[in-house]
Amino acid sequence: MSEAVSALSGAIFEGFATVTDTGLRGMITVRGDLASKDMGAAIKAAIDADVPAQRRVTAGNGGKVAWMSPDELLVVVDYATVLDTVAKLNAALSGSHTLVSNVSDARAVFEIRGAGCRDVLAKLAPVDLSQGVFAETEIRRTRIAQVPAAFWQTGTESFEVICFRSVAQYVFDVLRLSATKGGEIHHLG
Amino acid sequence: MLTLQCPYCGVWAEETELHAEGEAHLKRFGPDSDDADFESYLFMRENPKGVHFERWRHASGCGKFFHAARSTTTLEVFGTYSAQTLEPPKDIKDKISAKYPGWSWREFS
Repeated sequence: MSEAVSALSGAIFEGFATVTDTGLRGMITVRGDLASKDMGAAIKAAIDADVPAQRRVTAGNGGKVAWMSPDELLVVVDYATVLDTVAKLNAALSGSHTLVSNVSDARAVFEIRGAGCRDVLAKLAPVDLSQGVFAETEIRRTRIAQVPAAFWQTGTESFEVICFRSVAQYVFDVLRLSATKGGEIHHLG
Repeated sequence: MLTLQCPYCGVWAEETELHAEGEAHLKRFGPDSDDADFESYLFMRENPKGVHFERWRHASGCGKFFHAARSTTTLEVFGTYSAQTLEPPKDIKDKISAKYPGWSWREFS
């Protein structure tokens, strides 16, 4: 079998914040009734996490679960364990009307790290990223410049951006432009 | 810039994150309807100066369709609500009545 690689093979840009292609990531779209018992049990069985509340991310054993819409979750795990996780989810949800789909190869993930990481995103997305407004456990689906994307905080000075793999180069380029030295805003604490 | 709250994900989304999807509360006339009804369903739209009900889609966000009530003249937003409904909720209608007594829009008032 051919060797899987991420969209930009680990590209890095060092500006006032560092933008990195984080490599392959396992991602599973789960659709169904999020409030149902089956869903809670399935997420618990798969990565030992709780079903997140609206726009939240919960962490579990070896992965995270993000709330994508009222009937959709995104389960994020290591690329190597994605097929196992899909199997676990499918087994746990076999009796209910749900969808479990491995979308790992349709996505790209970038990390923005550094003191100015909020500036980098705030210039590209119509979102208030001020400290204390954008919650630590929040996921925000929005747009980055002209394409849909989602991001969450992974630390006090780092964010992860998820976008479609087909626009990975575009997203990397706009993040790179936004992170270029001299473009700091120093506006968000 | 119009800012609407998506009733599904609670985000205060500004216009560029949304997509306008035309008029809300259209009643579909399909097979076996008469030509006049079908024509009005396809082509006839409200174009009010004032209170208006629209369908929007949180296109870059959760992807859901929702309805919004707003004024086309002042851009005041009276509220947004689920698209799984046949008429605007009472609290939104009351809000509009407080501002524009005697308003009407299609069969609603």
